[in-house]
Amino acid sequence: MYVLSDNFAAFREGFVNTVELTALSALLAVVLGIVIAGFRVSPVPVLRAFGTTWVTLMVNTPLVLLFLAVTLGLPALGLKGWDSFWLAVMALGAYTSAFVCEAVRSGINAVPVGQAEAARSIGMTFTQTLGQIVLPQATRTAVPPIGSLMIALAKNTAVASSFNVTELGSVMKTLNSAEGYNIFVVFFWIGLCYVVITFAISGLFRLLENRLEVVR
Amino acid sequence: MSDISPTAAAAAPDALVVLSGVNKHFGALHVLQDIDLSIARGEVVVVIGPSGSGKSTLCRTVNRLETIDSGSITVDGRPLPQEGKELARLRSDVGMVFQSFNLFAHKTVLENVTLGQVKVRRTDRRTAEKKARDLLDRVGVGTQADKYPAQLSGGQQQRVAIARALAMEPKLMLFDEPTSALDPEMINEVLEVMQQLARDGMTMVVVTHEMGFARSAAHRVVFMADGRIVEEARPDQFFSNPRSDRAKDFLSKILHH
Ligand SMILES: Nc1ncnc2c1ncn2[C@@H]1O[C@H](COP(=O)(O)OP(=O)(O)OP(=O)(O)O)[C@@H](O)[C@H]1O
Ligand SMILES: [Mg+2]
Repeated sequence: MYVLSDNFAAFREGFVNTVELTALSALLAVVLGIVIAGFRVSPVPVLRAFGTTWVTLMVNTPLVLLFLAVTLGLPALGLKGWDSFWLAVMALGAYTSAFVCEAVRSGINAVPVGQAEAARSIGMTFTQTLGQIVLPQATRTAVPPIGSLMIALAKNTAVASSFNVTELGSVMKTLNSAEGYNIFVVFFWIGLCYVVITFAISGLFRLLENRLEVVR
Repeated sequence: MSDISPTAAAAAPDALVVLSGVNKHFGALHVLQDIDLSIARGEVVVVIGPSGSGKSTLCRTVNRLETIDSGSITVDGRPLPQEGKELARLRSDVGMVFQSFNLFAHKTVLENVTLGQVKVRRTDRRTAEKKARDLLDRVGVGTQADKYPAQLSGGQQQRVAIARALAMEPKLMLFDEPTSALDPEMINEVLEVMQQLARDGMTMVVVTHEMGFARSAAHRVVFMADGRIVEEARPDQFFSNPRSDRAKDFLSKILHH
């Protein structure tokens, strides 16, 4: 019955890896999501088309397929030498970036168009207008949905267990198959780990939202 | 770029803005129809006309916030560039004041007036702030520098918006109904700033229905209807003795209140 104490090292490794996987994919997703959102509102048709294609592709591809595409596709394209952890970061980051992009875009659309026109009329470039004027005002609308996306991302990291990444999901699989522990106890501890992570994320985002409230 | 009309444009040698043969559609709507207009350096032009006649659109084509379908627009002898760095540079020389102020909501009044100087003109912050404070004093809102736009009255916001535009040292200022969104008691404080600007020799294109301003500050009134310039005249002539029926009709309506 002592699943946790017997396997503490495994749990700890799984927990830490899941946290790392979540954090790094989140970083990639947010950065990429903002860039792609920039593409989608840019005056350059090629960038807009790229942004639309990216989002359509990512939103409509099952995550497992995307994992397959990344883990098999990238080496096939000659990008060898990435370990499975970083391939998982790429798959999760790319996948989530499309949803982040749409959240950012809805934030951008909530900013009155006059703000961007005023910025352009004093000679600010597209990038300056976006970075200085539009995005800062878009965050207030964009942050809450991005919070939910990050929670979904934390849970999606479990898919990586099927692709040679050690994290909570793979710890669960190992314990369930090998040692003959009570499966529900394993579920409980693994579930608790995820709850800790997702609560931490939502706490972080609540903090962020409160701060955005204060600084108008 | 086709269809360059020979008439208006080339004429004045010291023209700062020249529109010739400008056409623009919004879908099926022909909002600007063969517009020829030349604005001299230091000239104050008031544009009036019924709602939907294309005044705002005309104003916005001059700094290319609206693109045109045909014809040409030059500012200081140079045709408007395509979207990009070059266009940004041109826009920094053309100030624009909007009906709805459009101050940057997340920036203080002072930041509103320094941002363009720092980011576009690459002025150092200290110089930019000094100039911003001078300008804010000049338009009478010096004491509001550290507030956010939402904390100011409409009249104060619009004066900040004028200061923001002036901070770029524009060659030309465009005003699109700068007082239409204001309570009556705030209209004059904004008009006074604009009149002072006119006296200082700023080239101005002003869409407004403020007859007092037009009479006292404008060199020329341009009357638009249905996307065309129907009549151009000195203000006194235009208001006392309009030639076209459209202008007569329009003036009889607005002079009733
Ligand atoms: N972005 C747009 N898309 C479609 N139609 C537009 C757009 N902007 C303006 N229009 C239409 O073009 C016509 C001219 O508009 P414009 O704003 O230039 O008129 P205006 O003379 O400034 O009127 P107002 O006095 O009401 O401000 C109007 O019929 C308007 O509905
Ligand atoms: Mg208008």
